[in-house]
Amino acid sequence: MVKLKIDNFDVEVESGTSILDAARKVQIDIPTLCKHPDVDPSAGCGMCIVKVGGRIMRSCSTPVAEGMEVVTNDAELRETRKTVLELILSNHPNDCLKCARSGQCELQEMAMQMGVDRDEIRKILAPSEKDESTQAIVLEPAKCIVCGRCVDICQNQQNVWALSYQNRGLATKITGANDTELANTPCIKCGQCAAHCPTGAIVEYDDTQKVWEMLKDKDLFTVVQIAPAVRVALGEEFGYDFGENLTGKIYAALRRIGFNKIFDTNFGADLTIIEEATEFVRRFSNNDNLPMFTSCCPAWVDYVEKYYPENIPNLSSCKSPHQMVGAVAKTYYAQKAGVSPDKMRVISIMPCTAKKWEIHRHESMSSSGYQDVDVVLTTRELAKMIRQAGINFKGLPEEVADSPLGEYSGAATIFGVTGGVMTAALRTAYFYITGQELGMLNFAEIDGLDGVKVAEVDINGTKIRIAVVNGVGNVEEVMNTIREAAANGEELPYHFVEVMACRGGCIAGGGQPKVMMHNLPKPWGINDEIRKLRSKGLNDEDEEAANRMSHHNKSIKQVYDEFLGKAGEGKAHELLHTKYRQRDLYK
Amino acid sequence: MVETSQAAQIANKWRKKRGSLIMALHEIQDVKGYVDWQDAVDVSLGMGIPLARIYEVLTFYNFFKLEAPGKAVISVCTGTACYLKGNDKVLEKFKSELGINEGESTPDRMFHLQSVRCVGCCGLAPVCVVNGKTYGRMTPEAVPQILDEWRQVFKEN
Repeated sequence: MVKLKIDNFDVEVESGTSILDAARKVQIDIPTLCKHPDVDPSAGCGMCIVKVGGRIMRSCSTPVAEGMEVVTNDAELRETRKTVLELILSNHPNDCLKCARSGQCELQEMAMQMGVDRDEIRKILAPSEKDESTQAIVLEPAKCIVCGRCVDICQNQQNVWALSYQNRGLATKITGANDTELANTPCIKCGQCAAHCPTGAIVEYDDTQKVWEMLKDKDLFTVVQIAPAVRVALGEEFGYDFGENLTGKIYAALRRIGFNKIFDTNFGADLTIIEEATEFVRRFSNNDNLPMFTSCCPAWVDYVEKYYPENIPNLSSCKSPHQMVGAVAKTYYAQKAGVSPDKMRVISIMPCTAKKWEIHRHESMSSSGYQDVDVVLTTRELAKMIRQAGINFKGLPEEVADSPLGEYSGAATIFGVTGGVMTAALRTAYFYITGQELGMLNFAEIDGLDGVKVAEVDINGTKIRIAVVNGVGNVEEVMNTIREAAANGEELPYHFVEVMACRGGCIAGGGQPKVMMHNLPKPWGINDEIRKLRSKGLNDEDEEAANRMSHHNKSIKQVYDEFLGKAGEGKAHELLHTKYRQRDLYK
Repeated sequence: MVETSQAAQIANKWRKKRGSLIMALHEIQDVKGYVDWQDAVDVSLGMGIPLARIYEVLTFYNFFKLEAPGKAVISVCTGTACYLKGNDKVLEKFKSELGINEGESTPDRMFHLQSVRCVGCCGLAPVCVVNGKTYGRMTPEAVPQILDEWRQVFKEN
């Protein structure tokens, strides 16, 4: 432990702690625009300056030392910070009224906090071109303050290497190699850049207008579904605490917006488990392309297609849950409800920007003859629509989803958390193999925020080795283990691997709210504390659920009996499974 | 045998040395005069370094040229004297005649256009230099003539 004085307060912290973090212990919130707990300090913005022995230092990247005396607040520091901020603003369009991040922008908030009251520095603005090439994430370099969070996330955390710094000085631009537009880079659309961007420089591609147009057209029949992770995050936009599960209110809001039917992606998650557990049991007994990788996360699928094309056969052929809901809605449900599938529009509310890409990723996403899902909106876009519709969210009653694509089990809802898909699949696979239910429904080894989690599950004396990868940047380690074992002629290290591209799983996806909660310590948006609270929201729902097994979902049984037939075969295979193709890193 | 590019061979040479990306890029530029997209891709594959990182280095240092410069390098002086005497208009004329910006080359690689700060003969301002030949008291009207002169030179050779 190290003892020091910050503004004459005694502080004791672990060695290696930055002055910035140490100060927070004594309720001093040194301003910063670039430091985020998910990334290494870059000393980029220059706002967090303090005085150490009279010298001005950046507190984010200066570790504490024994006996250090730090001043965080005097006239010179305040004036310097204000000037630094004014310099940043001189390079910023300041068109907050039209900005997707307005009200949730760290730069806007900082200008308010610092009391910026003049605009005297000559403006030097980058051209305001947008890169909308991915139709999932929008890059607007003119609003970039070069804090470097997105580059660190994309390169070092996610190991994707789509974003980079190009050029230098005032000309520095966050973009692809040689200014390649994002759609032609290795970008997997995970949106973690957008989730960490302090300004409006990286946001989701806005499809809300498209949905309003569909709702306006009386010839169309609109079906909406919400992903598991949406229910424990949307509330943040309306003043609820992190992780509060608001499923019933969200259904009510969707009904008031005007969707014809409210379904739940969790139904699709149960359907996915029936198909995926069936597939796993078959592949496990035939030793067919093991380990099997989960395929629910489109960013991960994109990553395999680009970085590990030789492992494409390892991916489960199952479509992701919302695609399955779309496919069943436009076939089984359309028939049942007497709606022509070409007049039906399926809208998915997702915590994810990559889902916007997924709906077009392969021709099998229209295997019924109609596109499974027509539009994907992120959680943030749904919040926007609720506000635009003038709905008082807090005052809404709790409603239920429509039948039959609305029923779900506890296993489905944990799809939104790292380890959840694996847990749900094992519950059902165990039942399929043994005819009995698992004794313990959770696996402590694959819970939590570690990058790679492994466990061994005993099914009637057969050991099934599993791995859960939390964050796509951690997948290299697992791939290397698998590759080395094969090269050395050793036993397969894993039979079944779950990968979610975003740290924490979908609950921390690139399309989740990024709300500034003034009753909470900074940084706002996303951090491990928020990840844990949102995960808890979903895990609690599972624990309290009357049914925690996908294979006991009665509506699922009904759909197989009346329409799909046998899992993994015939119609089920045609509608609910997909194919993959190798993709170039650059086009 | 698979034909390997110069860049791939250079990348292979530096592959095992840590932190040697910039050395490899320097060597490619020494040999070829520039480092283009295909060279960068070859280095990426050969050294196992993401293309994004390679272009971070290539675009950080002004030293690196990202495309083959033209056979005729046109330097338009925008130093104080030449600028005041109207060389900005001459530069604009070169741009419009060639359809390129400063720092770019024509698609046929015949001309490369750049602006420079003072070539040391302000008495002749405004001044342009093409492959070492100096043109003094420039006017926008003289631009097509100079371009034709060099097209003729390349035709004859």
